[in-house]
Amino acid sequence: MNITVKILRFDPEQDKKQHWENYALEVAPTDRVLDILHQVKWFQDTTLNFRRSCGHGICGSDAMLINGRNRLACKTLARDVVKEGGTLSVEPIRGLKVVKDLVVDMEPFFDSYKAIMPFFVNESPAPARERLQSPEHAELMAHSSNCILCACCTTSCPIFWANGSYLGPASIVQAHRFIFDSRDEATQQRLGLMNQNTGVWRCRTAYNCTEACPREIPITELIEQVKRSVMYGQA
Amino acid sequence: MHHRYDVVVVGAGGAGLMAALYAAKGNVSVACVSKLYPTRSHTGAAQGGIGASLGNVGEDHWEWHMFDTIKGGDYLTDQDAAEVFSKDIVDAVIELEHMGLPFSREADGTIAQRKFGGHTREFGKAAVERACYAKDRTGHMILQTLYQQNVKNGTTFYNEFHVFDLLIEDGRCTGVVAYDLATGELHTFHAKAVILAAGGYGRVFKITSNAFTLTGDLMSIYYRKGLPLEDMEFYQFHPTGLSKLGILVTEGIRGEGGILRNVNEERFMERYAPTIKDLAPRDIVARSMITEIREGRGVGPDKDAIYIDLTHLPRETVEGKLAEITDLARTYLGLDPLKDMVLVQPTAHYAMGGIPTDIDGQCLSDGAGGKIEGLYAAGEQACVSLHGANRLGTNSLGDLVVFGRRAGISAAKYARQAEYGRLSEDPEAETREMLAGLRSNSGKDNPADIRKVLQETMMNNVGIFRNGPDMEKQVEIIKELKERYKNVGVADVSAKFNGDLIDAVELGFLLDCAEAMTASAVNRTESRGAHEREDYTERDDKNWLKHTMAYKDLNNEGNVLIGYKPVALKGYTRAFEPKARVY
Repeated sequence: MNITVKILRFDPEQDKKQHWENYALEVAPTDRVLDILHQVKWFQDTTLNFRRSCGHGICGSDAMLINGRNRLACKTLARDVVKEGGTLSVEPIRGLKVVKDLVVDMEPFFDSYKAIMPFFVNESPAPARERLQSPEHAELMAHSSNCILCACCTTSCPIFWANGSYLGPASIVQAHRFIFDSRDEATQQRLGLMNQNTGVWRCRTAYNCTEACPREIPITELIEQVKRSVMYGQA
Repeated sequence: MHHRYDVVVVGAGGAGLMAALYAAKGNVSVACVSKLYPTRSHTGAAQGGIGASLGNVGEDHWEWHMFDTIKGGDYLTDQDAAEVFSKDIVDAVIELEHMGLPFSREADGTIAQRKFGGHTREFGKAAVERACYAKDRTGHMILQTLYQQNVKNGTTFYNEFHVFDLLIEDGRCTGVVAYDLATGELHTFHAKAVILAAGGYGRVFKITSNAFTLTGDLMSIYYRKGLPLEDMEFYQFHPTGLSKLGILVTEGIRGEGGILRNVNEERFMERYAPTIKDLAPRDIVARSMITEIREGRGVGPDKDAIYIDLTHLPRETVEGKLAEITDLARTYLGLDPLKDMVLVQPTAHYAMGGIPTDIDGQCLSDGAGGKIEGLYAAGEQACVSLHGANRLGTNSLGDLVVFGRRAGISAAKYARQAEYGRLSEDPEAETREMLAGLRSNSGKDNPADIRKVLQETMMNNVGIFRNGPDMEKQVEIIKELKERYKNVGVADVSAKFNGDLIDAVELGFLLDCAEAMTASAVNRTESRGAHEREDYTERDDKNWLKHTMAYKDLNNEGNVLIGYKPVALKGYTRAFEPKARVY
């Protein structure tokens, strides 16, 4: 089908501000938006820049605003976002500084991630074999450990847009993964971090994060679980 | 900019992150330099499991794992590497669990294990549950866990720093030169030891499960220095890539009971591997599928795919243990594995060959025991050679942790006693020259035009079934493409985040990998493991039980010099004599 893709472009070496550029293309309904961007970059305008790697939704590189909604370009098919003769819009995710075209500065996002102690803590002497964990306990981490740190959630959150010091949904999901790990010993420290004024209480349950997640993680629900854990002082 | 670290790790996937952790434990300063943010690395795309003889489900022993690995590698596997690996991997998996990796669990709370291709009990009698898994996102969990541990450890990362040169003076590695994508500036990393762990080069093929960024960078850089690449002719096609897209569908689906079917809905693997059927190793399954397709029993609009049938499996398995691939099939093909058979076809997946190393990860400079001081490699980019002519499923994740760890330990040990080597006056000169050359080109071919031809022709001429005339033709095609590449156009003149320039550099790396691979494949006149020749259909142990070492001829452009290296036919305590490979 024939479509127009309009892309919000920015070249820090030439432009004062972002501007839209339109590209006319013929695409297949089953093409990924990533394929469409590649078609532009490879055969129309090689100066277009965006991040991507795996191409199938596991590496988390290509989060962008597609038709006004945060999605992964590699997990969004043309037929779901544009019709014959229609226009598809692609912009960088919001709330992080635009470096160039669709590329944003990810450092603040990873700084928030690092702030929640995103690592397993158990200082007891390790047994010779694996620590045991029941399948039910393992399942408590099923959603939160599924996160790929793509930033779709955090950069769709109105609280994060208004106040960048909010740790944001992705970091809370990461904290959840450890708080609800029956083997981890740093629950109290993490609950303390979540209780700070940059933590869970900033969440106003707008549900944008849940809608944006390409891994279908019920983020708002996980944030609520963390809020309850903070209130009761335990997971 | 100039930096100094005792140990510099290139690449931040499983092998690089493991190496960085272990180098740091050796009390040396460590930096990890990667062209991607660490969590974007392709280790995260591995799905099905990591094989270790824990015996949590059925009886298992490291000797059985060692045997399966060697037989799976069609006896080209170095048996000392296989023995070290099969023992070490048991501890390594336990260590991952102690790092917090959220494995799936058996009812008794131990790490869950399932069957996988080519993994058997009692030396081939029946399939065994050896693959330790975290649903069907085991690689994702390994990558996340190792990154978390590096955050805990305070590892210094240089993210989106693209290594473009390796500094080697008089047989000693002294560092690397990297290009900072954000600024376009070059950085010299002066190091006592360097560990290369930057992954494979699947993008040399049209249909691949590999990330767009897997372009064989460090293999090519090594090769350009006149150093050898080992066993490049052995490239694995994974049997089950999503039709047309090549996206990986884990072998774990067959481990959980999924069945391959042809257009008659026949379970055809019964004819090719009567004992273990759908759980035969990947080279055999991929060839069987292509044979079915060639004989007219393919499925799909172009009759070029095969069905994978999960419809008889319980919903909990499909949506639980196989949630990832269920999502992929629904997203990309609009098929629901609960009720539809899914269309798959073989997809270029894994390089068995690469930068030759010894058992401690140190890089080899020839086939006779020569080594590069201070240079180590691990993971898919390296060839130790654990996988021989064909890798078993789950052994790539095992390889990363076992040999990433060994490389990290060795590099730190070396760095502790070594002084910094001398850098040349201007270590960035060659890189600067290469980039200036690309930037000044005015050719009308852009990188994508050349890459497209390369990927299509490699698929056709050096794919699953090979023959002399097609590969000879490919040798000439690569020469022509290299000629065109000399004037490849780079339209983007900017300094910051110039993806056009990166595309051009990466294409150069791919062309080298294709050249070494094709020359090695033409040269090997036998069929072994993943290297299947229509004109030499038998394995020939008398002449070919040896590793290929491919060298770029620095005096004659386009020419590849071939040498050899003996196969280690004995482990330290066990040895398995080459036998016919039937399953």
